[in-house]
Amino acid sequence: MKPGHGEVLLAEGDRRIAEDEERLIAAFRAQLDEGMWAAVPTTNGGSGRREAQMVKEYAQIPADAERVIFFPRASGG
Amino acid sequence: MLLALLVLAFIALVLAAPILVREARSWRERRAERSGAAASDPLDLEIYDPGRERRAEQRARELLRSCVNDEEWSMYRDLGFIRVAGRHARRKTDRGPGPAYAYLVYPHKPVVAYVPSSGQLLSEYCVEFPDMTGASGGRHRLPASDDVLAKWMALTSDEDRVIRRANMHLVGRQLDPARVRRDLWRLAEWERRRHRRGRIPQSSR
Repeated sequence: MKPGHGEVLLAEGDRRIAEDEERLIAAFRAQLDEGMWAAVPTTNGGSGRREAQMVKEYAQIPADAERVIFFPRASGG
Repeated sequence: MLLALLVLAFIALVLAAPILVREARSWRERRAERSGAAASDPLDLEIYDPGRERRAEQRARELLRSCVNDEEWSMYRDLGFIRVAGRHARRKTDRGPGPAYAYLVYPHKPVVAYVPSSGQLLSEYCVEFPDMTGASGGRHRLPASDDVLAKWMALTSDEDRVIRRANMHLVGRQLDPARVRRDLWRLAEWERRRHRRGRIPQSSR
């Protein structure tokens, strides 16, 4: 999510392909270096409730995640 | 005499030629820099696109819809806010079927914590998602639906962190408590209608 623009596609690829994964890791790190938060929308296995999972490292991204959403970190308004 | 003057003028011209060429070149370069800067100025200024914000909001709504569940999406579409259940239970008596407290998430407004069982308003949390890039000088903000989604993701993934970062106030600092109570009433009515609609097909089977 980019202020003033909304959703912007940063990178896409197949994690199982090494080249794609390198690109995805680079994009992931670049966003975190810019101070963004990263979250993966998931479904709670127990309650079936939709929720988000915050990820701080690429390795924390669930294997079945279809996307990672980056958004500016929260601050007091 | 005339010939001598012409020869002298020619010699002076030849001697001055390198200086003239150098001056002409630097003048041309300065002119190119000036015109280049003038040409780049309009590009630096962001051209106003009246449809950009509308398109961004449309994309944001689609993104929000793809992340939250049907009930939450319908709530946002119909009422303009989303309810997010609080994760903590303070007492054993709070461990009922519903959450002990919940949040109302509005776009570009503080998050309001309240007690669903009583409707008691607890506090408002002012939270923003400022432009981190700094390219726009912090002028821009997220589209409304992205702001709601960011709050939803932050609250459902790491409630404590976002609440710690927010500025907490009693309800009434930015939001009118009467309006929030009215929203809670609208939410209750909306849920009643939704529940009734959900029951009609079942009873007609």
